Amino acid sequence: MEEGCMINSNFLGISLFMRCLRMLVRILVLLYLAGAPALAQTLCQPNASNGCRVRISIKTALGNQAYEWNENEMFLFRATMAFAMRRYYKTETYNVDNIIMCNQTLRVSFWFVVTSPENSTMLIPKADVEKAVRMSRHRINNAFLLTDRTLEFLGIHPTLAAPVNPDTPPWLIVFGVVIGAVFAGIIALLVSSLLQKRRKEKGMMEDGQDEEDRQMKGVENDNVLDGIYNRGFTDDDRFTKL
Amino acid sequence: MPEEGMEDNKGREERPKWNNKAEYLLTCIGFAVGVGNVWRFPYLCQIYGGGAFLIPYLIALVFQGLPLLYLELAIGQRLRMGSIGVWNSISPYLGGVGVASMVVSFCVSLFYNTIVAWVLWYLFNSFQDPLPWSQCPLNHNNTGYVKECVESTPVNYFWYRQTLNITPNMETSGSLQWWLVVSLATAWSIIYICFIRGIETIGKAVYVTATFPYLVLTIFLVRALTLPGSSEGLIYLFTPDWEILKNPQVWLDAATQIFFSLSVAFGGLISFSSYNSQKNNCERDAVLVGVINSATSIYASIPIFAILGFKAHTNYVTCLNGNILALTNEFDISDMNITVENYEQWFDSLNGTHPSRVSDLNLKTCDLQTFLDQSASGTGLAFIVFTEAVISMPGSQVWAVLFFIMLFSLGLSSMFGNLEGILTPLHDLKLVPKWMPNELFTAIICLVLFLMALIFCLGSGNYWLEIFNSYVGSVPFLIIAFFEIIAVAYIYGIGRFSDDLEFMTGHRPNIFWKVCWLVISPLMLFVVLVAYVAVQAQTHPTYAAWNPDYVNFPDTEVLPYPDWVFAICVLLSSVPVISIPLVAIYRLICCMSGRHSKGSLHNDPNPYVNEGYVVES
Repeated sequence: MEEGCMINSNFLGISLFMRCLRMLVRILVLLYLAGAPALAQTLCQPNASNGCRVRISIKTALGNQAYEWNENEMFLFRATMAFAMRRYYKTETYNVDNIIMCNQTLRVSFWFVVTSPENSTMLIPKADVEKAVRMSRHRINNAFLLTDRTLEFLGIHPTLAAPVNPDTPPWLIVFGVVIGAVFAGIIALLVSSLLQKRRKEKGMMEDGQDEEDRQMKGVENDNVLDGIYNRGFTDDDRFTKL
Repeated sequence: MPEEGMEDNKGREERPKWNNKAEYLLTCIGFAVGVGNVWRFPYLCQIYGGGAFLIPYLIALVFQGLPLLYLELAIGQRLRMGSIGVWNSISPYLGGVGVASMVVSFCVSLFYNTIVAWVLWYLFNSFQDPLPWSQCPLNHNNTGYVKECVESTPVNYFWYRQTLNITPNMETSGSLQWWLVVSLATAWSIIYICFIRGIETIGKAVYVTATFPYLVLTIFLVRALTLPGSSEGLIYLFTPDWEILKNPQVWLDAATQIFFSLSVAFGGLISFSSYNSQKNNCERDAVLVGVINSATSIYASIPIFAILGFKAHTNYVTCLNGNILALTNEFDISDMNITVENYEQWFDSLNGTHPSRVSDLNLKTCDLQTFLDQSASGTGLAFIVFTEAVISMPGSQVWAVLFFIMLFSLGLSSMFGNLEGILTPLHDLKLVPKWMPNELFTAIICLVLFLMALIFCLGSGNYWLEIFNSYVGSVPFLIIAFFEIIAVAYIYGIGRFSDDLEFMTGHRPNIFWKVCWLVISPLMLFVVLVAYVAVQAQTHPTYAAWNPDYVNFPDTEVLPYPDWVFAICVLLSSVPVISIPLVAIYRLICCMSGRHSKGSLHNDPNPYVNEGYVVES
């Protein structure tokens, strides 16, 4: 009987220990859970060295169709940033929890930091975050229907659009068309003048006797001065002072 | 030009004539209505008190412009020769007036077609999206925009760098800009094709070039009146400031504007009217051309100023939006809470509560009046101010193309008159060899003008063009016109002239014309000439240089002309008119030596000056 009691008391001790341990773990977990946001808060500070400020102007971009900035939009932002980090590092370890935001204002603007998936107290350096944002900037903009100007990552300048360099400058094309038409016109007119002249010369040789007739014709048509203006015959009797 | 088939045995050629009256009128109107009507008159209206400027302008038109215009059209039509022949006929001693007209037309053709070439360059570049003057180009390593463009504006950069490639001062000549040479060649080719068959082809061309600008102006008028801010521009333009009439400079500018606008003293109008039949009512033509020219100026200023008002409004809103963004970002105010309308209240309240933060932002003062005051005339209006306005209009390319085609038409129709003032006297002087067909002669003249105009395609070309514009295109004309009116009114005799007019129009000129020709117009011309020279002589001439290294860049640097350039300016003003005394002296000498021999001065008998009847006392 004595052995049964001994075993019983041993069992009691172990179960008590287990319960204590479990309670401790629960307390620790509770503490951790309670402390985690506080910890996260200390990670995300305005003007933190590894933090990035974002400024959003929804009404400027969308006018009447502006949506309201609320918790859901914040969630989308965190998801988009996690996506950008994943794309940059080519891993699948980043999650929404790794993006921590703080200091939101009415403007809408806020700060965010990115924690490493392995160690939640370690922040990803700002330079890497910048590169990740640059790589996926277009996707981030489109997720919010915004542009580089209305979704600003302060400190990350948008890459300037590469200039479109057509092979031939457009003005040369227009110039080519115009000058081609002009030269074609010049040649056409010159050739037609030449042909007209040749025809006239042939005509002149044939009907040189018709000169008088033509001058007579000129007299019949009052308005058409086919004759040759002979200034010796101006009716200026009144001008001579003789 | 005369068909060779009509030559008779004596070699006399029939003078070409207009197909119909409309072609003649359109050509004269096109010659008178030029780019100055669009970019000089509205500017003068603006700086000289809007509606009040119309008073000196219309007075100058009635008492100075119309009499001169009537005079030129009449003598050309009566004597049926170009400017040299006409003045030789009136008085051999004043043949120099014709030569001066021709030389001045030659010089003006040089630089005027360069302006047309610039318009063509802008026209070619308007067929792109986005317009090249709407944004700055990137620099070499694509890290940012070109510094010169950022410091000034994209529009300024495109004009000064990508078009002119201007040098910092006149001494630096720079090199030939090939794209300008190409544009200039295009301009001269188009002129040549219009001149190939003389007034036959010109008459066809003016149906388009003289009427198209009115169409475009109307389109712009309708468009401009629907743009925001246009009414402010129009109010600004037409608000009369009657005090300005006390300033003599206003009267001087009105007289010179009317004078240059009507394109008298070029010789072109004389040439055009010489192709008319003698029995043509040139009085009605003169009044018509003069009135239409002034009406066009006034009509053109309406859309121009509506659009300038729109541009000022746009600049004002942009300035305010910049300030609003700065305030919104600094104080983290909700987006779009501050608008253009409530900006003042927000600013006052923020400045009251946080004055230091507000002042640190360095906000710009945005005043609509300041933007409206940014006026420009000449090439500045067309290529800087207007192009900037066009960018903000929806469908920019269409408006840019329309605007530049309009300027091109205006310039082209004026060039017809300029070139006619050179070609017709040369033909009448029988300087053209018999074997040379007219097409070839015209081509040679165009080629010579093109080669000489290449100086305006250098880096410093714009500075030279300004010199030509100011010194050739001003004083020589006044002198020539003065001698013209003295020659006809006093030397030819107003009585003889009235008889001519009765022959042509069917009635004698009424007292108004006679008084103007005898007294008012010569007096006004003389006063304007003296005043103009006096005003110019008071200040040592300077020019505005575009220098990116200047301390106050983007303001232009005001530099004085170097001495050698100033000497050239004086030469440009005096050489064209030096022919007037020179020819007079030459004829005097010839006459004195010719009295002993009975040699005739002219090849063809002139019914008015027949040496056989000189009374030798």
